[in-house]
Amino acid sequence: MSTYDVAIIGAGPAGMAAAIETARAGLSTIVLDEQPAPGGQIYRAIEASGPARTRILGPDYAAGRKLAEDFRASGAHYVAGATVWNIDSELSVDFSLPGGSKQIRAGSIVVATGAIERPTPMPGWTLPGVTTAGGLQILLKAQGLVGDDVVFVGSGPLFWLIAAQMVEAGVKPKAMVETVPRSRYLAALKHLPAALGAASYLRKGMAMIAAVRRAGVPIHTDAKEIRIDGSERVEGVSFTSGGREHQLATTSVALHQGVVPNQQVTRLLRCEHLWNESQHCFVPKLDEAFRTTVAGVYVAGDGAGIGGAKSAALRGRLVGLAIAEKAGKAGPEERRKVAEELAREAKIRPLLETLYAPSPEILSPADDTLVCRCEEVTAGAIRKAVDMGAPGPNQVKSFLRAGMGPCQGRMCGLAVTEIIAARRGEPVSAVDYYRIRPPLKPLALSELAALETDEPVPADIQAEAEAVH
Amino acid sequence: MSERTADLVVVGGGLHGCSAALHAAMRGLSVIVIEKDTVARHASGVNAGGVRRLGRHYAEVPISVRSMEIWRHIEDLVDDDCGFQPAPQIKVAETEEELATLSARAAEMRRMGFSHEVILDQAELRHHLPAVAPHCVGGLASLDDGFAIPYNTTFAFQRKARELGVRFFENTRVTTVKRENGAWRVETSVGVFSGHFLLNCAGAWAGEIARQLGENAPVEAIAPMMIVTARMPPFCTAVVGGCGRPLSFKQMQNGTVVIGGGRRGIPDPATNKSEIRFSQLRLSAEAAIGIFPIMKGATIVRSWAGIEGRMPDDIPVIGPSSSEENAFHAFGFSAHGFQMGPGVGAIMAELIANGQTNAPLQPFSITRFAHS
Repeated sequence: MSTYDVAIIGAGPAGMAAAIETARAGLSTIVLDEQPAPGGQIYRAIEASGPARTRILGPDYAAGRKLAEDFRASGAHYVAGATVWNIDSELSVDFSLPGGSKQIRAGSIVVATGAIERPTPMPGWTLPGVTTAGGLQILLKAQGLVGDDVVFVGSGPLFWLIAAQMVEAGVKPKAMVETVPRSRYLAALKHLPAALGAASYLRKGMAMIAAVRRAGVPIHTDAKEIRIDGSERVEGVSFTSGGREHQLATTSVALHQGVVPNQQVTRLLRCEHLWNESQHCFVPKLDEAFRTTVAGVYVAGDGAGIGGAKSAALRGRLVGLAIAEKAGKAGPEERRKVAEELAREAKIRPLLETLYAPSPEILSPADDTLVCRCEEVTAGAIRKAVDMGAPGPNQVKSFLRAGMGPCQGRMCGLAVTEIIAARRGEPVSAVDYYRIRPPLKPLALSELAALETDEPVPADIQAEAEAVH
Repeated sequence: MSERTADLVVVGGGLHGCSAALHAAMRGLSVIVIEKDTVARHASGVNAGGVRRLGRHYAEVPISVRSMEIWRHIEDLVDDDCGFQPAPQIKVAETEEELATLSARAAEMRRMGFSHEVILDQAELRHHLPAVAPHCVGGLASLDDGFAIPYNTTFAFQRKARELGVRFFENTRVTTVKRENGAWRVETSVGVFSGHFLLNCAGAWAGEIARQLGENAPVEAIAPMMIVTARMPPFCTAVVGGCGRPLSFKQMQNGTVVIGGGRRGIPDPATNKSEIRFSQLRLSAEAAIGIFPIMKGATIVRSWAGIEGRMPDDIPVIGPSSSEENAFHAFGFSAHGFQMGPGVGAIMAELIANGQTNAPLQPFSITRFAHS
């Protein structure tokens, strides 16, 4: 088994930035990433993006190119197409490659697995033709392909960014159905002075919304009672807005309610997590050097709490520098400078988090709305299990199979926790989350059977083969 | 009687604790169950779910047979079907030697007066298991066994017990048990409980309770590992075990395949954690593919391990305490206690309420470890 000083999971902005620093400090560094090329979700296909597509995706996207170049030149051992499926307590990492599984061991692990879109349970959200806004953007980045009658439903910076990119690409959305309640604007106002410290974000945000509006895309605000209609697939979206009922015909709906840390790896490693009320999600408990409660495990980027791409790269650098410092390969000065820059970036967050908090409707879906898509478990079934005495997500999982499908709860975990907490009248932090079990991603049984290992079969197990099943 | 006083205090909210509590309540006893985590948190909630008389230690057979009678009408007992599915249990012989071993076992069972284990020849094996690998020569079957859903079962026993007045205290850890003025004083993380009778159903954590009663019970915490696959087309309606290599294999009604069978992860009973050892679990994957070639195309969705108590001789401790009056044990089921849960609970309630039972418990006496 190969051993590295540092293993970084994920080659988005945080992972790339961390690798650049640890490799620069002379630490042997391996970067394992699922994608065929560096960039993560935010800078997906950045190296292959030609001038036309780069123009559509904008200057923020283009900024990823320099990072990817520096990463390629850093000397870190980059393994593309590597799906990490387990990390054990000794920090051995199992990952899949086309030829089979490999294992490496690392002194430090940097979890840079970024964010995932928040689950958005609502009537009709599992119909074919419904995607997440992020899913739609993947098509735009990787293939330049999107439909021409997309109705966006939800809220958040990405909600507007992707719509603006589509306008730029010449396939404007059919409509924007924004769920931000009117009262939020007032609540967000008090964070405006702080946000002025990161005024470029405000300007960019307003420009995106203006571009969508200018293109003539109908914008419905303060939308409520949203339902996606259709029998076999999406046929339309119904909602109320401005005191009126609306029905839009469409074949394609893009949902978005912000992004949340991807907790799968840190949960697998049993890192402690805390509930972040402002971001309305769990985040790993970290110290000032981004160390988790598990020795040797760090989290860089949006997995440590949502901050966006620039913040992710800065936090990647900070983690890389902290590891280098611990190894005696760097001093604290540079880390201080980067930390100051990070603090400036963070000034926009309270405003965004207040304005774009998840819509109340998706937090308490109706009883007949599906919450776990893999196992087809409704919100009502979850509430009934709670009423029967199931105390938390793991019992609901055992009882109803919610979260037991191939996605291991990525698509339902937060929603299930919130439903249970509301029903029990307990804080979300007390209800907690699913225990995550390996493999992190589905693994071929034959690949496990072919796993290379030098561990012998213990004699006692053979002897009791008779007794146990 | 105060909220924290009862005729019987059960330590441990696994299937055995819940079943004994339910049966005791049915006999009119007031019962408190104290569980350090939540009900069915460990082995009871996450085991393979085999409802199996097949291949048991000879001493366990009478209890297993009694339990099976309860399983067949489980819904009458707990108002929930517990996901119970009648199904054949089959141990597959991959070689003639293995088949000879199984035949000898079947003969011994018949000699003991039990007829539920029968030998299958190669054609019969293939009839029950059309997808079995061609090299498999036969098997030993108990055709009227089955499987159930472990968490749902234990949860159903808890709910029914609660309905009959049993009080459950979860997230409550027992620290000390002692006799005081003829009653059991049970000190816990949330205060003191007391009961006329005490029942130790604490699984992997039962050794400490026994020690406080002045008894030696060398319980080892183990973490049997399991795999579940993505859904597959239906190909297997029996629960299948290995003979020469450890395997437990079943396809659930939703198409997923659950693979377990003896390979162990790393338990940490102090923290409730258990870790998967893929270097060992690999062997379960290999055995599953070896016996069912169709599994070459299977995809693992999840694996897990639950913490279980194992005795050195792989059979449980069931019966009265040898050192203290009004104290009883039912623990150490050594990774095959699920099927016995309904039956052992009934036996313990009988023993506690009547002071006796005709179940043959002698082989399970805790005294067998007195001098070890």
